[in-house]
Amino acid sequence: MSSLHHSNVIELDYAPQQKIREMLRERSALDNAITVSMGPQHPSTHGVLRLELTLDGETVVNVKPDIGYLHTGMEKQMETKKYQQNIVITDRMDYLNPMGNNLGYVMAVEKLLGIARDIPPRAQTLRVLLTELQRLASHLVWLGTHALDLGAMSLFFYCFREREKILNIYEAVCGGRMTVSYFRVGGLPYDVPPSFNRLVRDFLDEFPAALREYHTLLTNNPIFQKRTRGVGVLSGEDAIALGVTGPALRGSGVAHDVRRAEPYCGYETYDFDIPVERDGDVYARYLVRMREMEESLKICQQALDRLKPGPIKADSPKIVLPDREEMKHQMDALIHHFLLAAYGFSVPPGEAYHAIEGSKGELGFYIISDGSERPFRCHVRGPSFVNLQAIPKLCQGALLADVVAIIGSLDIVLGEIDR
Amino acid sequence: MSNAEASPVVASADGLAADDLALVKGATDALARLRQRFQSAIEQVIAHNGEVTVYVARAALVDVARYLRDEPKLLFNLLSDLCGVDRGLEADPRFEVVYHLFSIPHGYRLRLKTRVPENDCEAPTLVGVYPTAEWHEREAFDLMGIRFTNHPDLRKILTPDDLEGHPLRKDFPLQGY
Amino acid sequence: MGLETTLGAALPEVLTARLEDLINWSRKSSLWPATFGLACCAIEMMNATSARNDLARFGSEVFRASPRQADVMIVAGRVSRKMAPVLRRIYDQMPEPKWVISMGACATAGGIFNNYAIVQGVHQVVPVDVYVPGCPPRPETLIYAVLKLQEKIMTERLTDRRDRDLLPKGAAA
Repeated sequence: MSSLHHSNVIELDYAPQQKIREMLRERSALDNAITVSMGPQHPSTHGVLRLELTLDGETVVNVKPDIGYLHTGMEKQMETKKYQQNIVITDRMDYLNPMGNNLGYVMAVEKLLGIARDIPPRAQTLRVLLTELQRLASHLVWLGTHALDLGAMSLFFYCFREREKILNIYEAVCGGRMTVSYFRVGGLPYDVPPSFNRLVRDFLDEFPAALREYHTLLTNNPIFQKRTRGVGVLSGEDAIALGVTGPALRGSGVAHDVRRAEPYCGYETYDFDIPVERDGDVYARYLVRMREMEESLKICQQALDRLKPGPIKADSPKIVLPDREEMKHQMDALIHHFLLAAYGFSVPPGEAYHAIEGSKGELGFYIISDGSERPFRCHVRGPSFVNLQAIPKLCQGALLADVVAIIGSLDIVLGEIDR
Repeated sequence: MSNAEASPVVASADGLAADDLALVKGATDALARLRQRFQSAIEQVIAHNGEVTVYVARAALVDVARYLRDEPKLLFNLLSDLCGVDRGLEADPRFEVVYHLFSIPHGYRLRLKTRVPENDCEAPTLVGVYPTAEWHEREAFDLMGIRFTNHPDLRKILTPDDLEGHPLRKDFPLQGY
Repeated sequence: MGLETTLGAALPEVLTARLEDLINWSRKSSLWPATFGLACCAIEMMNATSARNDLARFGSEVFRASPRQADVMIVAGRVSRKMAPVLRRIYDQMPEPKWVISMGACATAGGIFNNYAIVQGVHQVVPVDVYVPGCPPRPETLIYAVLKLQEKIMTERLTDRRDRDLLPKGAAA
């Protein structure tokens, strides 16, 4: 499949386009500038983002993003809920990557509790498998909407078709399609159903063909390349200075991935590559995500192969709810259940920051505990929030139509930006 | 939280166990360099949960950050997170600004903190060192009410313009605003 | 019985019906929604139009980016205090007749976010016709809500809307 990427790439001549832009830039740009408000209700801003565009003709002179239209007060709300209850809130941050959000949060709490090493291997493998499936689902929404913004509507339907299969797996696992809340502090709440292996195996068998289909539709498509290559270029230095992470950073030639730099859940034992592209344009970010899907597929295969029966919860009865069966026969299990359900568990004082590689970049949870059963402060480092900051840099000098391509290539989710 | 420093798990700068630090990649080296160069500006060091926190005096913050970013042995080039913390109405100083640094070349992580009293609720901006700090600082200003001196564009970022107060402060009500 | 029997017997090609039914029927059969995706529900709303669920079967697949071309606003997601005035303005820009579906727990009642930032129910901003439960509702639930709205439209009286417009401002509802 990898041969698809670079063979037959049509060489485009950017010179005329660049020249027009330079000419436009030389004209006294701000004299005839007009200001246009794009959003907060706009089909291509991927949510309720508002951009204040200063335009000279069709050239973008400046962009001022205006966010907060989805501000939900999550960080404040998390201070009032118990640790386990907050998992539900994390689902609704980056709603395209709920498994990843769950994972980042529970791992930060596990770090505070000092039980990070006690998570049994089956739980770790399932966490990896489900978050990688989530990465695929998230990238599929990105691909579908990105292509839709650029006028390729059929891809949207194909991507949602494949994503539906992943959601079916989630539904079988935990009953929810999008807001899953499946990971718990200390492991998993219950095991996956018996049909799980077959469902995942079927999906993994089908997906490569679908991915090839996407490639044939877009990768070598001259219209798509004209809209994306040489557009929204971000250099590696600028990307790091602006804090950009994830596929957007790797599209600028920096091979930084939290799964490699600070492995968690046993990622160091999986065999996968970190796709990197050098051009730093919209097309490079597209290629990185497309190749990342192949790598996720590889990780899923390995995780499924090593999935062995075993416990799915850490052996710490003061934190993890006991099994239903145990509660029927053991008094102490019943007591623990009552205490946990009624009061929750308290977390020793301290603070922890835990980052994972979400589908959009470094997703970090910073939690401060004061020893009670509710977090004292919980801050989320959302990759979309930070990546969106690069918009002014990317859009200056671009054409108005390119703004849509650039927003799509950053893959932002407003739920996470505004929190 | 009465006081983070008072809790038993946190070691003071002098009583820091060597093992705790050694567990954290690159921390011993970074600390030795920082101490040597900035001396009294490094107020306190805490190693806990495999993470190192360095309290830096407000006045020296920008210099410390620039040094950490540029020193070839450290290269903390990514400011991955910045946020404000309200330690409670009784705490003195009441606020903290927390910086999470990451070194992409070396894979080290380090947490900087600076204390901000309520009556002088300002911290120096890090936009000059890390441009990514711009929005983070606006967020801390909007939600926590910490002002950042010399910030190029210190405006509200998340809450509507007519909302008065700073929602993440402990004296701001969750509901009924 | 009356006119329709006589007319129907004399001219079989003529169909008689009440004007109200005809208008309602034509209104309900192609409800164009305004794209108003806010949060998680928006993804399920997109899903409702995509391959597996295909809202087009019920005449509601034409999502319009411009409120001036839309009949029904699907408020999909939590409405923040910053968004509420924008939402009202978009509603005002929609031409009559217009309907509102409040999709999901957040739009309906604030959901799990009972705090300073979220409007506790979009009915505080615009009049709502159908509430959809779920967090987020499944696409099937949204389709069911559209069908419910169609049922509701069939029961509307032409005078309802006219009278509402004739009433002095503030006296409605």
